[in-house]
Amino acid sequence: MSQSRREELAAEFRKFLPTENVVDQPTSLAAYECDGLSAYRETPLLVLLPETIEQVQQVMRICHQQRLPVVSRGAGTSLSGGALPHPEGVVLSLAKMKRILKVDTLSRLAVVEPGVRNLAISEAVKSLGLYYAPDPSSQIACSIGGNVAENAGGVHCLKYGLTLHNILALKLVGVDGEIFEVDQRSLHNDGYDLLPLLVGSEGMLAIVVEVTVKLLPIPRCARVVMGVFDSVEMAGDSVAAIIAEGIIPAGIEMMDNPAIRAAEDFVHAGYPIDAEAILICELDGTEEEVVAQIELVEGVLKRGGAVETRLARDEAERLLFWSGRKAAFPAVGRISPDYYCIDGTIPRKALSTVLTGIRELSAEYGLPVANVFHAGDGNLHPLILYDSNNEGELERTEELGSKILQLCIQCGGTITGEHGVGVEKLGEMCIQFGEAERNQFHAIRECFDPLRLLNPGKAIPTLARCAEFNSMHVHHGKVPHPEIERF
Amino acid sequence: MNAIVDVDIEAELVTQVAALAAAGGSVEIVGSGSKRFYGEPLDALPMEVAAHSGIIDYDPAELVITLRAGCRLRDVEALLAEHRQMFGFEAPHFGPEATIGGMVASGLAGPRRGFAGSIRDFVLGVKMLDGRGEVMQFGGRVIKNVAGFDLSRVLVGSLGTLGVILEVSIRVVPMFATETTLAFEHSSADAHIRWVNELGSQPFPLSASAWHDGTSQLRLSGSEQGVNHAIAELGGEQLEFDWALLREQSHALFAPEQPLTRVSLPPASVDLVAGRPQLIEWGGAQRWLCGEVDVDSLRQKAAQLGGSVCAFRNHGTDVAVFHPLAPTMLKLQRSIKSSLDPAGIFNSGRIYPGL
Repeated sequence: MSQSRREELAAEFRKFLPTENVVDQPTSLAAYECDGLSAYRETPLLVLLPETIEQVQQVMRICHQQRLPVVSRGAGTSLSGGALPHPEGVVLSLAKMKRILKVDTLSRLAVVEPGVRNLAISEAVKSLGLYYAPDPSSQIACSIGGNVAENAGGVHCLKYGLTLHNILALKLVGVDGEIFEVDQRSLHNDGYDLLPLLVGSEGMLAIVVEVTVKLLPIPRCARVVMGVFDSVEMAGDSVAAIIAEGIIPAGIEMMDNPAIRAAEDFVHAGYPIDAEAILICELDGTEEEVVAQIELVEGVLKRGGAVETRLARDEAERLLFWSGRKAAFPAVGRISPDYYCIDGTIPRKALSTVLTGIRELSAEYGLPVANVFHAGDGNLHPLILYDSNNEGELERTEELGSKILQLCIQCGGTITGEHGVGVEKLGEMCIQFGEAERNQFHAIRECFDPLRLLNPGKAIPTLARCAEFNSMHVHHGKVPHPEIERF
Repeated sequence: MNAIVDVDIEAELVTQVAALAAAGGSVEIVGSGSKRFYGEPLDALPMEVAAHSGIIDYDPAELVITLRAGCRLRDVEALLAEHRQMFGFEAPHFGPEATIGGMVASGLAGPRRGFAGSIRDFVLGVKMLDGRGEVMQFGGRVIKNVAGFDLSRVLVGSLGTLGVILEVSIRVVPMFATETTLAFEHSSADAHIRWVNELGSQPFPLSASAWHDGTSQLRLSGSEQGVNHAIAELGGEQLEFDWALLREQSHALFAPEQPLTRVSLPPASVDLVAGRPQLIEWGGAQRWLCGEVDVDSLRQKAAQLGGSVCAFRNHGTDVAVFHPLAPTMLKLQRSIKSSLDPAGIFNSGRIYPGL
């Protein structure tokens, strides 16, 4: 795309956007060339930063008329390349739309603009005794609009659900610039329920311009117990045993030995470095309820073969127990020049099969793997340790990663639990879904966007793209936004 | 040993639909017919699907059950209860032979819905048959899954208009250790609505609420400790109350043969029909009116508050069953139907003209 075309378009958008909200200089555009998946980079034609819904509509009308691809972007923390720019299109950043428009205590909801940070919602309503439950690891930085686009998860999904379960209404701008709304504040919808299509649609169906989120009362009490195990199988079985007791923990996380060692070395959370696995289990509710459940869980862990259980004595220790888990990604980044993070989900009963498979694959490829696991909901994050300076090691890592995801599919699981498909997992989409399903995805997209202008090339592979296989590269332990915890 | 029979008629259903797709024609998908009243009446041949029955997978520790859609709801609930588990949305049966497919397709949930998720929130994946005779699978059998557009959840409440549900994976929840109902006096609907919404801002283990004729009922479900704590803080009078009366609409308010109207509103909304007998559920979000009512004027009032009105039962054919959609939304929804059922074979017109 020529510089003159860029300038011509910039002038058109500047008719209604402030000059600085139209980014057209190469040095400034560079900041938008990738998201959290930094291996993929593209320079967009322009970056537009509207501040009002009307401006979003005007942007969309022009893009629609001129057939310009539009990649919407929140905070740019996606780990799957969902916000990777299109070289002949614009990036529509919602980052300047970051007002909390309304908090309604009686109805327990907040109406926010898409650029509001996830954590900012909980911070704004904390004094009312309320919070917004989904807590993706990047919650300090990621935006609610991006959370909606990716159906973001977190460590509390088993009990409190994903983004979809915590959204009451969306206001959207369609590809033609028209506003439409999906409003389920009444716990009802007329006609088809479009919320599950729109939430998690990776910016391919419409632009989210206003989000109404559900707020929950802050639990009166939260406590954490840690179980230490000599085998990952025993730890996995203990998770099933806790659930068999009828307990749904607020969070239940597992780490294997390589992950424990890396985390302990990094944050000194007091983890036992010789353990094969630890379980970190959080329970919340009233004081009496939590005390009773902690006792039950400790019993289950001991019967399940835990060599030790540790109860966090106070809030400080609870946070310390969590700190190691939350720092697991950067911790692994310290012990290896590079790592590649996988995001598969499996039925929990397949855990030992999958971990055994990963161990065998790891030995076959000569690449160490550390595992962290949202054990309650089966979301596994194997971290492959490698060094991209070694000839061919990156390619072997990508191949190993893909084999792990294929193992997840074979065991009845899925290729992405919470990071999204983006550009990263287009290849694996071809394995998980047949041609009929993939054609149906394209057909659904065309209901909203017949010209395929919204985030083209993402999430759903074309036949031609089915051969593509990509990976997340982390060089010398550096990921974009290194300040953000990655679970 | 459970009563669920294992019969796979998928191949026959595929053949039937392929023949329809080739020759033209339309059908009404029928399970047991327990919820057939819900929606606009159809003039099409029935396509019987209730025989497609069987458990595909159920491991209680996974908190997920995968079933053929013809399984009877009562048998599945009994199976879950054997493992001290249940569905989290308390679906109405409206008939002894109610099927899982009908439950999902109607999307109707019971008293717990006001305080827990909808059926859509618990559905994890489906295997379905579209209008071309193509079998497709969406979603999966795991709780966390963001691969592909989530069509499995769009099927919930679609009343059979998008295709035949063959199999469905649903998340289940543990049964509560204990459950109790408290009664309180509130002379007006508005007083009840305000009170129950204020309670929602505190971490009480609420699982149902109802108001009728000056009395509020509040159900608490959870651990012994959590429920006892809430009883101590809330006061009220502990009593026996059969919530199935509300779930199955056999409560005194639901007079048979009378028009029944469902008003859906953001829960804290003011009372729209002051002075008239009504039953208010779901913390104020679902309100039932029995007897003659001016549906159009009620629709206008509800819409202004972000709500809608359904002419649920016995309204005759002069009134549209479902609250009208904006024209652009209807157009979008029709295009979604066309993408799965291009020839309009399945239940066409059940929800709106062309849908």
